[in-house]
Amino acid sequence: MNEILLRHRQIANIDQLPIYRQHKGFETFQRAVTSMQPVEVTEIVKASGLRGRGGAGFPTGLKWSFIDMKNWPHYVAVNADESEPGTFKDREIMESNPFQFLEGVMLCAFAISANTAYIYLRGEFWQLAAELDKHIEYLERENLLGEKLFGTEYGLRIYTHLGAGAYICGEETALLESLEGKLGQPRLRPPFPPSFGLYGKPTVVNNVETLASVPLILERGAEWFRTFGTEKSPGTKVFSLCGNVEKPGNYELPLGATFRELIFTHGGGIPGGRKIKAIMPAGASSSLIVADDKALDTPMDYENVPSVGAMLGSASVIVIDDSVSMDWLINKTMHFFQHESCGKCTPCREGTYWMKHLTERIHGGGANWSDVILLNEVATSIKGKCLCALGDFATEAVTSSIERFRSDFEAKTQVAPVAATNKVSA
Amino acid sequence: MNALRQRYDEDIERVLAKYPPDQKRSAVMPLLYIAQREHGYVTREQLDQIGEILGISSTDVASIVGFYTLYHDQPAGKYRIQVCNDLPCALRGADVFLDHLCQRLEVKPGETTADGQVTVEAVMCLAACHRAPVFQVQSRSEISYHEEQTVDRAMLLVQGWRQGNGK
Repeated sequence: MNEILLRHRQIANIDQLPIYRQHKGFETFQRAVTSMQPVEVTEIVKASGLRGRGGAGFPTGLKWSFIDMKNWPHYVAVNADESEPGTFKDREIMESNPFQFLEGVMLCAFAISANTAYIYLRGEFWQLAAELDKHIEYLERENLLGEKLFGTEYGLRIYTHLGAGAYICGEETALLESLEGKLGQPRLRPPFPPSFGLYGKPTVVNNVETLASVPLILERGAEWFRTFGTEKSPGTKVFSLCGNVEKPGNYELPLGATFRELIFTHGGGIPGGRKIKAIMPAGASSSLIVADDKALDTPMDYENVPSVGAMLGSASVIVIDDSVSMDWLINKTMHFFQHESCGKCTPCREGTYWMKHLTERIHGGGANWSDVILLNEVATSIKGKCLCALGDFATEAVTSSIERFRSDFEAKTQVAPVAATNKVSA
Repeated sequence: MNALRQRYDEDIERVLAKYPPDQKRSAVMPLLYIAQREHGYVTREQLDQIGEILGISSTDVASIVGFYTLYHDQPAGKYRIQVCNDLPCALRGADVFLDHLCQRLEVKPGETTADGQVTVEAVMCLAACHRAPVFQVQSRSEISYHEEQTVDRAMLLVQGWRQGNGK
């Protein structure tokens, strides 16, 4: 199914404005601006149960309702920093279904009474930003963006802003710092962006996929949206599937579809006659799930993935086959997180550095079992002690693989002194 | 009016217009991209010039260059081939691709070819995991994606640059 987000696979040339308008594009926005109160838009999004698609799954309408009405102006900051290893969904939405995404930005801006929206794209999306700039100019020429829209007092401008290569800028407060021209380092929260955001003003930060869901919710209603997905996770989601799988790519499925359906029915299974060994459902930030029948039959939604010891996150599903050893895998993820730690808080800055050295030593074959214990201890010491989620994310693959794929590490380490063997302190 | 402003006045005005007049600092990242069009990296003089335009110190500008990976403070090849070898890409052969590409170009990751045309770098995830091996090319004026690559295809691209008939 490509009902909502990947509609471009069903409707040819929907990336062109006239075609998008033939499919009711911007009618909803016009109706909202000319005949609805901003709070009515928020209420419909609330009723739809839409949850943030960037990873945290926070209810979108609720976030919008938190906007501080005593402090002005308001801003929308779109998180298009898509940098989680394994995630490539926002890029496809912005490239191929750009006007639906932009209408989502516009509806959000109207709902929170913002006259300015910034789209923060990772610097690597240079070409994509140039395309979006052209689309925005087109909308201005068509009087869908600008001052006094449809003869009302409401006006809106959208600007793109390019990052320059920093995973941390996908964290909402680091994104705002970066947009202000500073180092992309997270702020202490609270206060949260809806009360203290861009330039200290009330700001809603939403992911691309979240906003791209909004136009059809407004057009067809909250109840229609709830016909997809589960009660607690309504709607559809784009699952980015990659790794050791026959047909990697983006698949739009209702939330609650199983891992088996995604990996085997849509993804074509594991290539080369290999067996599936593990799944990372939330990109490199994910715990490693043992890919047994129970896991494969688990619904991919916000409430059920935790039952197999992981989170849904941004639903970037990395498939690992039985040729992969976990010492190699966590050495890869640790190189990533050590490089991307912003350096602001000590447990993450120092901890990722030491974890990387340990994973290198273990993968290189020069380690004792005591190094595995030490690695696990460093990881558990970082958890829960950092300003933002990056520190925690760095530990997930490490601790879960030591716990769930212990034999991979036993095979890779030398026999340790008797006193230090047999137990991983957790 | 400093040299950078003089040369790119129109572009700089367009960038500044995006942000509130009292928040000019927001323009530091776009201005650094503009500065890099000159030499492919940011010079000391440009740090001063950007600081002057935005009313912030050269040190503040330099801290931005140091923090973000797409800004450079050292010269390198005219084209930077930035290969992702993060986990998802590595599961689809990116490490081998990077190795072989380096062999063909007779460099190690981080080095520049003898003719000064190409620098090969290993970089973090590019959001193209399903089309690995993948690299982006950062030149002075733009960044472009090259997906589902083979070493032969990448070498054709390099040959095009060397003959001066490609971008």
